[in-house]
Amino acid sequence: MTPDLACVDLVKRFDETTAVDNVSFSVPPGSFFSILGPSGCGKTTIMRMIAGFLDPTSGDIRIKGRSVLDTPPNKRPVNMVFQHLALFPMMTIAENIGYGLRRQKMPKDQIARKVDAALERIGLPGIGARKVDELSGGQKQRVAIARCMVLEPDVLLLDEPLGALDLKLREHMKVELKALQAAFDTTFVYITHDQSEALVMSDQIAVMNAGRFEQVGTGQDLYYRPETPFVAGFIGEANRWKGRIERAEGDVLQLRAETGLAIRATTAGGLAAGDRAEIFVRPESIRLAGSAGALSDVDNHLQGRVTSILFNGAASRVLVEDEAGETLEVTLPQSGEFASLQRGDTVHIGWGAAQASCFGGQG
Amino acid sequence: MTRTILLTSILIAGLAGAAQAETLRLLTWGGYAPDDVVQMFEEQTGHTVEVTKSNNEEMIAKLRATGGGGFDLAQPSQDRVMGPQMEFGIYKPIDMSKIDQSQFIESMLMATMANTTVGDEVYGVPHVWGTSGLVMNTAEAGEVVKDYTDLCDPAVAGKVSYRLKRPTLIGFAFAMGEDPFAAYGDEAKYTEIMEKVEAKLIECKANVKTYWGGGDELMNLVRSGEVTASMAWDTGGWKLNDDNADITFVAPASGALGWIDTFVLPAKGQADEAAYAWINFVMQPEIAARITAAAGNFTASAGADEFAEDALKAKYQASFPQEAIDNIKWYPPVPAGLESIEGEVLDRVQAAN
Amino acid sequence: MRAQSRIAFILLLTPLLLWLGLLILIPHIDMALISLRERISFGVYETSLLQYQKALTEPLYLRTFWRTAVMSVLATAITLLIAFPVAYYIAKMARGRLQQVLFMLCLIPFYVSELVRTFGWMILLRETGLISNLLQWAGLADQPVEMLYNDAAMMVGLVYTSMLFMVVPLVTTLESLDDSVVEAGYDLGGNGLSVLREIIIPHAMPGIVSGCIVVFMLSLGNYLTPTMLGGKDSLWFTEMIYNQFIVRSNWELGAAFGFMLLVLSSVIVWGMLRLTGRTLQETMG
Repeated sequence: MTPDLACVDLVKRFDETTAVDNVSFSVPPGSFFSILGPSGCGKTTIMRMIAGFLDPTSGDIRIKGRSVLDTPPNKRPVNMVFQHLALFPMMTIAENIGYGLRRQKMPKDQIARKVDAALERIGLPGIGARKVDELSGGQKQRVAIARCMVLEPDVLLLDEPLGALDLKLREHMKVELKALQAAFDTTFVYITHDQSEALVMSDQIAVMNAGRFEQVGTGQDLYYRPETPFVAGFIGEANRWKGRIERAEGDVLQLRAETGLAIRATTAGGLAAGDRAEIFVRPESIRLAGSAGALSDVDNHLQGRVTSILFNGAASRVLVEDEAGETLEVTLPQSGEFASLQRGDTVHIGWGAAQASCFGGQG
Repeated sequence: MTRTILLTSILIAGLAGAAQAETLRLLTWGGYAPDDVVQMFEEQTGHTVEVTKSNNEEMIAKLRATGGGGFDLAQPSQDRVMGPQMEFGIYKPIDMSKIDQSQFIESMLMATMANTTVGDEVYGVPHVWGTSGLVMNTAEAGEVVKDYTDLCDPAVAGKVSYRLKRPTLIGFAFAMGEDPFAAYGDEAKYTEIMEKVEAKLIECKANVKTYWGGGDELMNLVRSGEVTASMAWDTGGWKLNDDNADITFVAPASGALGWIDTFVLPAKGQADEAAYAWINFVMQPEIAARITAAAGNFTASAGADEFAEDALKAKYQASFPQEAIDNIKWYPPVPAGLESIEGEVLDRVQAAN
Repeated sequence: MRAQSRIAFILLLTPLLLWLGLLILIPHIDMALISLRERISFGVYETSLLQYQKALTEPLYLRTFWRTAVMSVLATAITLLIAFPVAYYIAKMARGRLQQVLFMLCLIPFYVSELVRTFGWMILLRETGLISNLLQWAGLADQPVEMLYNDAAMMVGLVYTSMLFMVVPLVTTLESLDDSVVEAGYDLGGNGLSVLREIIIPHAMPGIVSGCIVVFMLSLGNYLTPTMLGGKDSLWFTEMIYNQFIVRSNWELGAAFGFMLLVLSSVIVWGMLRLTGRTLQETMG
């Protein structure tokens, strides 16, 4: 099947800096594809190249198998939802949604019908005559999407459209965006620096850093099987140690951290004894126990003292200082078992080698 | 005791001195109150002088707006004294006993007094006089242009200029063989003359490069050669003569138009003493000669000729042979109503295509 | 406390009321009274509408009146057409230093007086002037070319004089236009023309209207430029007012002309606001 969108060896240079460095990816029809990365990583540049506002230095962009490099933005079968939505404040909602259709010289009555249908679809029937500034943030969001979707684009680009919303609405809109995407059955390309947005909504996520794609995969892939230290550090949270590998037996190896701690971990491969490496362990992979005995079956265990309890509902954490003086973040299970835990308590923590990812070369 | 008397007498002397030293607010033309003359006057009399430069229309408009206040001495032309005085009462009579009449050229003083008399009172005495006629480049236009109406000759098309002001109407009327001054009292006759002039000026319009507004503008036009003949004041021609010997002032065949700028006392003037002092001061032959040097025009001061520059006298004599002097048409006082007839003519000329 | 704040309010308001009253209201009332007088003889006046009758029946006055109005509208339109791209470039395309420099370039001509600026144009356009000489030097003309003293020269002067007053409000409103709104216009299928018509111009409307009002008023009330650059038949209405007041000493007709000009500018500004569906408050506030 031809992908809806494919970028091939895409490069964009601004004077001395390379904003996008040889990026290739393809997005299958009907999927929700996210590009996740810190600000300044080049994700907006990719998006603007796809939309046609920037020309790539080299490489190709294909939509439904056809190169669009020579197509101006107003002729490309892609539309964009802008970061601040960019609704036209001088027009009513209906005029906003009908704008693109008017450009296609569609007859007036047909435009009116399509606009009504689109408003129905986004669950806001009858607001066509209102002004843009009479709408709430979430409503504007949906109008911005409807404005693009009436044009039935092959690909819809979304440039951090949730950034301006408050937290509660953002959580809500994540679900709603996913539902809209399913309803319209259109390919969405979504860029964000917020991993939770990407993880919740996407079929595929590309993690981007310094102009390159670090890893492309599903949310689970990225979370549980990060391929690079950047991904491991950027997606979710992690306790990390740097050190030298003492022993390697196939996938499993042992590392001596700079603090002196010995940690058993797994690796995707390619590491041998003596290599410098870095280990990532997620807080929720670490088990908490009152006694050492409860952790006898795990590969790594430590004893430490609780220095702080960070209560945050389901995401509550405990900060544990180990004997080497290093602080680890550990998820606090809300099963009630540790409800009485206090600062200064001595606890035992441990994790399996399979939960500790090790990457070479970073030491 | 002695000290008290001494102090008191000093105080009184000081007060008396202050009463005598006045500030003279003079409303005049450019060049009529040169800095060196003002300085000499201030040193000799203790009065101070504030000079405001203006022209006939603005002088009258300013005095009218304040009912004759704001200035202590003004210098409108002698034909603009009687009308505005009757209409707006903006001047006050001149006490001839305070003026040293012996310093004036008698014929000019008498003529001006006669022209500025309202009721039994005299309102003006003469100061500077001059003429308007033709300023031209004699090498280029001298053959063609002898009179005002020759400005409409196709040979000088696009190279001539004049003002859209009343002197132009009067000048053209004379050149066309009429006598507008004689018709001053006869409104119907005057209107008829003006209609003829209007037709002539509209016909002539295509010949004109532009209607000049200010003296500097005209000087630029003639100096650059863009205009070779124009109606203008005599001094303009004489000044240009310094730069280009071909350019000079020529008295037109039908006669140059003579004007006399006067001294008048605005109705609400507050420094009459200083005003009389200034008049008597500037009419002294040596001082009058200095003003002639600055303004380029001669004054009504008797005997000032002796002190005038030879160069200027030579230019004057070249422009005015005796018959041209005899032929000068002096402006009589403008009766009320004429200016509105003239104004409408000028408006129509300007608007005509 | 309340009484105190009332006193403060009155104290703050007094200078404004004095200003409006002494410098605007009273002179206008005086002008209105003068315009309703008719001169009978020396110093004798009667109340009448003669001046307005004269102003409205004399073809020359009416012609000048309309000519001034039409030319001012034309000057405003030309200024807008030239200033809009300039303002758009300054507000949207130029960045940082260049933006400041361009803005300064628009401002610099206003460091010298209007008289000097007008003289500058005279030096450029006159027969023995710079452009004429350049054309001859380049072989494009075989004799001196006169570009002064016609309506085109006057229009150039009016537009030049008004430029800044159009550019400033336009730059201000265009700067507030989000770039992404323009991009969205293109992204959704618009071309340059439709984006300009449907997005940029509607957004810039407050700036366009206030700029046009200011430029129109300035052109209508201009005296120097039409008199100095205009041709032999380019009588401007302000010149007629000046002539009546100063040269003819006919204050009555001059005052009537003044009121006609006031009415004309009010009507045209009102019409402009009506046409664009804006209120004066929106535009000026």
